[in-house]
Amino acid sequence: MSSTLLNVEELQVHFKVYGGILKVLNDVALTVNEKEKVGLIGESGCGKTTTMKAIMRILPWNAIVPKAKIYFKGKDIMKMSDSELKRLRRRSISMIFQDPTAALNPVFKIRDQLFDIVKYANLEMGKNLSKKEIEEEAIRLLREAALPEPERILDSYPFQLSGGMRQRVCIAMALASAHELLIADEPGTSLDVTIEDQILRLLKQIVEEKRTSIILISHALGAVKGFVDRVYVMYAGCIVESARTPDLFREPLHPYTKGLLAAVPKLTGGGIPSGIKGRVPDYMNPPLGCRFVTRCEYAMPICEKKQPRMIKAGNDHEVACFLYGE
Amino acid sequence: MRLITYIAKRVGYTVFVLLGLSILIFTLARVLPGDPARMALSPRAPEWAVEKLREQLRLNEPLPIQYIYWLRDVFSGSLGESLVTRRDVLTDITEFLPATLELLLFALIFDVIIAIPIGMLAGRKANTWIDNLVRGFAYIGVTIPAFVFAIIFLLIFGYILQIAPTVGRLSPGVMPPPRITGLITIDSLITGNFSTFVDALSHLILPSFALALGPIAQEARITRASVVENLNKDYILASISHGIPERLIVLKYLMRPSLIPTVSILGLDIASLMGWAFLVESIFNWPGMSRYGIIAMLRKDLNAIVGVVMVTGLVFAIANIVVDVIVSLLDPRIRMVERAK
Repeated sequence: MSSTLLNVEELQVHFKVYGGILKVLNDVALTVNEKEKVGLIGESGCGKTTTMKAIMRILPWNAIVPKAKIYFKGKDIMKMSDSELKRLRRRSISMIFQDPTAALNPVFKIRDQLFDIVKYANLEMGKNLSKKEIEEEAIRLLREAALPEPERILDSYPFQLSGGMRQRVCIAMALASAHELLIADEPGTSLDVTIEDQILRLLKQIVEEKRTSIILISHALGAVKGFVDRVYVMYAGCIVESARTPDLFREPLHPYTKGLLAAVPKLTGGGIPSGIKGRVPDYMNPPLGCRFVTRCEYAMPICEKKQPRMIKAGNDHEVACFLYGE
Repeated sequence: MRLITYIAKRVGYTVFVLLGLSILIFTLARVLPGDPARMALSPRAPEWAVEKLREQLRLNEPLPIQYIYWLRDVFSGSLGESLVTRRDVLTDITEFLPATLELLLFALIFDVIIAIPIGMLAGRKANTWIDNLVRGFAYIGVTIPAFVFAIIFLLIFGYILQIAPTVGRLSPGVMPPPRITGLITIDSLITGNFSTFVDALSHLILPSFALALGPIAQEARITRASVVENLNKDYILASISHGIPERLIVLKYLMRPSLIPTVSILGLDIASLMGWAFLVESIFNWPGMSRYGIIAMLRKDLNAIVGVVMVTGLVFAIANIVVDVIVSLLDPRIRMVERAK
């Protein structure tokens, strides 16, 4: 097995809001190995993006982090100095935000935004590029993101580009500095399915060519299935199951994962899928035990009292559920 | 559309706005009770003399005809004779307007150079003691009118501490510089008279600062709110996540989108500055348009009233064109949409 690149343990993130404290992330743990493609799935509002923002250390001002161990190549990101953090962001990890329209500064041309990113990414590698070299590099990145007419893109403002183009621009920006790990937060979800598919293919091709790792966040299970090596399933701020992709789809263990898979409509018919009843629990007063207990059809007395821990349920397959032992 | 065409178009609209304003103020001034001819002469003046003046002022003509005569005069470069000063209103205004403009200019400078930095600072340090301090000051600034500040400044700096002059534009004995723009600070700099410049500046500080405090508070609040909003935007988080230096993020990626509302409000500030300037000028005995305007209204000096209002309207219109051009330079979306029309 290849060596560990990113290792998150006991990550807790709370948010201070008007009425109290939202306990969103509850001991999230995940691992990404070198050159590994990892998927993170779960319904909206379950803390996927928050987990990634915690890794990048870009949580909003009202976030509290009571506990966190986030190791990147053995070094704790939470304890990094400003210059170490800059180095990490400029060279190693990059994040593609969920909404490409919101992730691009509306009042600057792509040229301004991409040039700064390229400049500082290269500066960190000891290369002080000239204006011309920066432009060449920027054009190369845009081409790598499969954008036609990169010169025209450079001279455009974000609002002059289509949604798909903006998404590709965001990918090009991320490529400037993601030499080891790319975090893609639901890429293409805001676009139509054909474009989404193109974007996912492009990302897959890029990470395989460049041999970088990727965390792909998604709620589209089909997208994850053909892309990643391993999947983490997240529910209400907890990782509830992790397995190699084929294993997870063949034999989902956690009741939540089962529900999630059953919620996908099938072409072969069978009516509207059953889905999962209820909603993500209130983060202000989350259930004491398993956070899925209120919606789980297999709930047992113990589920309300105790938080299940991740237990081994097979080869590379872990689940946090009392149905499979304590 | 090119910038120059955009400006030309805006100027075109402004002409219509001013025309509308002139009809409104022309009518309003005349329908108010009181006989301007009788007020200009004394109560004991014989009726035939009053009638003669009325004839001379064309007050016996129907209102639309009077207006057309006035408009004809405007196009030949005259705003009509003032009954108080017995000079052309345009001559009077060219004499008094520069003092007011200078006051407004310095108030605006104070507004911009104080409000933007403290607003940005408060926004970046949201919910800390710095932010609370700025917000506290802003509440005071927004709620207390300019003339109260003017009186307080007069008391503290002019009377108790005696560190700044409180009357007029220059100290007695200081020769005003030759009139080029009418703004003493600028004229004295052009002619290289530095001591006059300093003296003029010391006279400007208290009234213009008293005038500026309200807008400073207003703009600081708006800048703060805008910075707080932008700080949580994905594009700022994205810049951070790409390892862009903090200084560059603040001064480039955060500042430009945050300043769009601030600059837009500046146009409105100019209107309130001009309104308050009347009172502040009275308090500091500032020889600007206010005294002229107030006397014109009390004496029902028709041409002067219309002239003062029109000039005020013109200044406001020009200021707003400038503001809109700056906003369109800051925000490409507004630029493209506005100019595509």
